[in-house]
Amino acid sequence: MNISPSDQARAFADDLSYRPALARNILNKILSFVAAIFAIFAILPLVLVLVYVSIKGASKISLSLFTELSPPPGLEGGGIANAIVGTFIVTVIATLIAIPIGVGGGIFLAEYSKEGAFTNFIRFGTNVLSGVPSIIAGIFVYSIIVSTKIFFGHSFSALAGGIALSILMLPTVIKTTDEGLKLVSDDLRRGALGVGASKFITITRITLPSAFTPIATGVVLAIARAAGETAPLIFTAFFSYFMSDGPNSIFNPIATLSVLIYEFATSPDQNQIELAWAASLIIVIMILALNLFARWIGRFASK
Amino acid sequence: MTFGDPEDLYVLRRRTIAEKFVDISFRNIAIAMASMVSLILVAILIVVFWGSLQSIAEFGWKFLITSSWNPVDNEYGAFTAIYGTIITSLLSLLIAIPLGVGTAIFITENIIPKWMRDTIGIMVELLAAIPSVVLGLWAIFVLEPFLRPILEFLHTHLGWIPLFSTEPMGPGIAPAILILVVMILPIITAISRDSLNQVPVNLRQAAYGVGATRWGTILNVILPAAISGIAGGVLLALGRAMGETMAVTMIIGNSNNFSWSLLAPGNTISAMLANQFGEADSGQMSSLMYAAFVLMILSLLVNICAQWIVKRLSLKY
Repeated sequence: MNISPSDQARAFADDLSYRPALARNILNKILSFVAAIFAIFAILPLVLVLVYVSIKGASKISLSLFTELSPPPGLEGGGIANAIVGTFIVTVIATLIAIPIGVGGGIFLAEYSKEGAFTNFIRFGTNVLSGVPSIIAGIFVYSIIVSTKIFFGHSFSALAGGIALSILMLPTVIKTTDEGLKLVSDDLRRGALGVGASKFITITRITLPSAFTPIATGVVLAIARAAGETAPLIFTAFFSYFMSDGPNSIFNPIATLSVLIYEFATSPDQNQIELAWAASLIIVIMILALNLFARWIGRFASK
Repeated sequence: MTFGDPEDLYVLRRRTIAEKFVDISFRNIAIAMASMVSLILVAILIVVFWGSLQSIAEFGWKFLITSSWNPVDNEYGAFTAIYGTIITSLLSLLIAIPLGVGTAIFITENIIPKWMRDTIGIMVELLAAIPSVVLGLWAIFVLEPFLRPILEFLHTHLGWIPLFSTEPMGPGIAPAILILVVMILPIITAISRDSLNQVPVNLRQAAYGVGATRWGTILNVILPAAISGIAGGVLLALGRAMGETMAVTMIIGNSNNFSWSLLAPGNTISAMLANQFGEADSGQMSSLMYAAFVLMILSLLVNICAQWIVKRLSLKY
């Protein structure tokens, strides 16, 4: 068999230097350029949203924003103090519910579960629950808590809002706990069991503390997501123009920043629209700070 | 050196009843907590289905294909909202897939320095953290006014196509699609990036070794190897787009009148729920629950498909 390279191929072999004029090299450049354009398009919305929220929100920032109640349409001035407090209360309720259940479920999946129908069912349920539209969580809580007035005859309440948010936080907390615990080396478990610790002691003293960082990161991210959620709160926590005070206030409707933005953005009143922008700025800063905090926890641990 | 009596050295200590009790109850609590998740999921399905029984009995399948939504005559059909949900999520996916996968390729290749790629990656992740209600506010006051001349241009020049047949009046399906693109872009980018990063470096080196160019390698080797993860991510994004509520509610116009046009105000199931559920009477409530049930089934199907694809087609290398 005669394998003589063609003249063209010989010409290439003689000169191995990069030829920018070749069709494939030009195509390469074009495609890289297109990918760069796509990447710019991908970050453009973040930049634009941040710029507009900062510009429109910053003009309204003042002390009264943090101390005064939100005004009904037609009134001047006012602030969003009730909504800031409300977001805080509802998120804390959601976190207090989601952490024990989520971490407990994660412990089961990572430490106790064996292959089987029940474990598969739990894993499947966790994955599917994370895909349930948030508005459906709101409708669910409305149907079982708000419309039945199960909490001592109260209908809309901060507690119901917190429960709805906790449903959305649960899958994240379970997954991060599960994955965090799986990262813990099995040697640690064997060592603890070998010196005679019970399974309970092994988990609570050895594996959970070792997995603290990934779990904390996941929980903070879940909180950040929950703090900005609106859809589950419209029919559960509802809205209120008043400040919540006293422990009884968790049984009453409560204002949150996200619902305030929704209500005020669609209002014809100029003052309310400005307050919606200011509330957006506050909530974006809060959530970005939580995200950076989560990143910091992760980096702090990896050192 | 003496160790004394072996009896003292190796004492077999039996666990006390209290210790055993703590151990067993901790295990049972963990099981109970884990069961809560699946229980909640089942409870959601039951509650939504139970709520929609009245409407299912009254309208049956016709509910899905008729578009009258009339609380006065108690006539309900959810086709407008179902069309809106499907058209907005599919079209936004169509725009977001090339953007997201392209961005993911750009930040996994070494075209620009690493710190710049990492910055882009972080910015895309932060975009996912912006609450949808803030994006909705931005869409109402910034995106929609900016978009209107473009949409008017589309209408005057392409108005013979049914999709552009109505005059853009402000809120409508088209801006809703764009805001959905913004919301699902981070999901597609993040998941595509992870799957691209998982492709073994040997494959790339082999492709370069036989003389493939960068994009020859990406299109013929890297992307096919990562396609399962990307497909799973795309389906997750589709599920997210269908269930997304706030930004869409604020910009889609919430019209119950059916129109094929993308420039007209429309509705999605989740937007309809957000808007009407609060002040619905029992008949309307049941129909809304029926719509919610449809949405639930749609997003369940998409999510299960996504899980199946990821499990089934996961990397063979």
